[in-house]
Amino acid sequence: MKRTLKSERISSSQRSTQEPALVKWLLIAVAMAFSVVFLFLPIINVFVQAFSKGAAHYWNVLAEPDTLSAIRLTLLTAAICVPLNVIFGVAASWAIAKFEFRGKSVLLTFIDLPFSISPVVSGLMFILLFGANGLFGPFLQSHGVKIIFALPGIVLATTFVTFPFVARELIPVMQATGSDQEQVAMTLGASGWQTFWHITLPSVKWGLLYGVILCNARAMGEFGAVSVVSGHIAGLTDTVPLRIEKLYNEFDPAAPFAVASLLALLALLTLAIKTFLVWKTERRERQAR
Amino acid sequence: MSIEVSKISKQFGNVPAVNDINFSVGDGELVALLGPSGCGKTTVLRMIGGLEMPTEGDIFIRGQRVNDVPVQKRNIGFVFQSYALFNSMTVFKNIAFGLKIKKWRKADIQDRVEDLVRLLELQGLEKRYPHQLSGGQRQRIAIARALAAKPDVLLLDEPFGAVDAKIRQELRQWLVNLHHDLKVTTLFVTHDQEEAMEVSDRIVIFSKGRLEQMGTPREVYEQPANEFVARFVGVMNILEMEVRDGRARLNELEFPAHGLADGQKIRIGFRPYSVSISTILGEYPFQAILRHTYFLGVMLRLELVLPSGLIVRSRISKEDYTRLGLTDGCKVSFQIRSYRVLSKEGEQMGDEVATSYESTLSIGEGI
Repeated sequence: MKRTLKSERISSSQRSTQEPALVKWLLIAVAMAFSVVFLFLPIINVFVQAFSKGAAHYWNVLAEPDTLSAIRLTLLTAAICVPLNVIFGVAASWAIAKFEFRGKSVLLTFIDLPFSISPVVSGLMFILLFGANGLFGPFLQSHGVKIIFALPGIVLATTFVTFPFVARELIPVMQATGSDQEQVAMTLGASGWQTFWHITLPSVKWGLLYGVILCNARAMGEFGAVSVVSGHIAGLTDTVPLRIEKLYNEFDPAAPFAVASLLALLALLTLAIKTFLVWKTERRERQAR
Repeated sequence: MSIEVSKISKQFGNVPAVNDINFSVGDGELVALLGPSGCGKTTVLRMIGGLEMPTEGDIFIRGQRVNDVPVQKRNIGFVFQSYALFNSMTVFKNIAFGLKIKKWRKADIQDRVEDLVRLLELQGLEKRYPHQLSGGQRQRIAIARALAAKPDVLLLDEPFGAVDAKIRQELRQWLVNLHHDLKVTTLFVTHDQEEAMEVSDRIVIFSKGRLEQMGTPREVYEQPANEFVARFVGVMNILEMEVRDGRARLNELEFPAHGLADGQKIRIGFRPYSVSISTILGEYPFQAILRHTYFLGVMLRLELVLPSGLIVRSRISKEDYTRLGLTDGCKVSFQIRSYRVLSKEGEQMGDEVATSYESTLSIGEGI
């Protein structure tokens, strides 16, 4: 019985532009190996370690008051940062996609800035501005306003490092949509706000959602910048990542992994939503002409 | 609603897009803005619509100056070349959008949209989304949407640009019929001179930001104001000739040149239909060989080559072609029944309307 190789079964027209099967499988193997070593194994290890002392211990760790307040603080921070960055991201991407103005490239650079600065430096930046010896330090102290080592500082630092996510997702989407639809809306009598609400937002909703979940994932997982500005006060200014670090330096080997498993679950959830969104946008693009 | 455009200019930064445009459109007219790419015709359309502001000059709609009236309040309907349908809305919602903004009552919106759906043959598509429809359907929706709120003026930017040639023919006829029924003052931009000629009541021809000529299709075809218009609209034979002894001459060709000074160089143009052909070599004053025949349906275009290498394009009906027994390569004699002087040496081209000399030749008067 004759058995043809898979590559021979491909028609000649396909073959001329396709890599040989060997190259294809080699590349896939490399990508898989990379993912397994650097992604899958560590995440699986988190769960293995988290449950290494049994399920009861796992739930006890999570129920500790300090851990619960860390979870609350993380959720609160994300609940403030993400909407702020949505507003900023939408405004900035609108301006960039629709208008020509001086300083446009400066704004674009500024938006990318948090990606290039080390998070620790970002945190330090806020200390230098709002810390006791900082630029606004004396002014804030005399008014009894606490930013560093308190919630406002954590929110500021987290907002800064998650600045780019929403804007960077929206800019290409808005540019691709073009302004024809918005101009038509205006000829039909729609004001600027009505145009934005009825036409612009619906056309970018998937890109916006994607930017939001990325922003959220980073906001909840931020360590460096928050570590610098928070002061690590257990029960008050510890976020989940900070709590994990603290537990790691203590005696219970399973505890930090138990808390870390929460972030791992968040990562998996983010990934699942992202895959869904990518599928959704691709489906839409295939249907459009 | 009548439109008047007076001394309109538009600059984008340092780039002059449009310069000193003056024309008016009567109530209910269907006018084409015609010209090659980049000539400024779309800019003029957008200024009338309010999507661009003129740098200089005034625009009047219904006798009122509208320069300061924002686009939302001009009560115009605009159809983009890309149709720009709202992708996240159904066909019904697209058409109803303008009415919703204007706060019409729900029942009135329903009635109006149903009327338009019927008028534009979109029945059954109301709940579909734009990405599920063909190009022709999308275009009709774009027009329905523009007409929904009963605009004073309908503006179309290259409405047939994105469609197949065959469909384009049908859509042209359909637009003429629609305009006939609705009688809305309509302006449309096109680069296709055939389309402008077939569809519009009058044509405004642009080139490089300037208005070259405005007139009925017949006027711009038979009496082009300058060489640009003559070349752009239809096929034109253009020759550079020199006047000697009272006749315009170029190689073998010579015609009477009334009122032109000796020694003057002129550019003349004549349409293919002005050329008469005969297989009897003595019948007409000029000889040529029929090099190539182009089959264009009812008419055939003939390419005649003179002994000096000059090429003249003529036109003939299928019947005459067969009757004369013409074939590629056969010898013919021909005459040119009339020509226009497009420009004289030393004059600027395009700024002035060149005078035309309708000249019938003394031998073999026009058959």
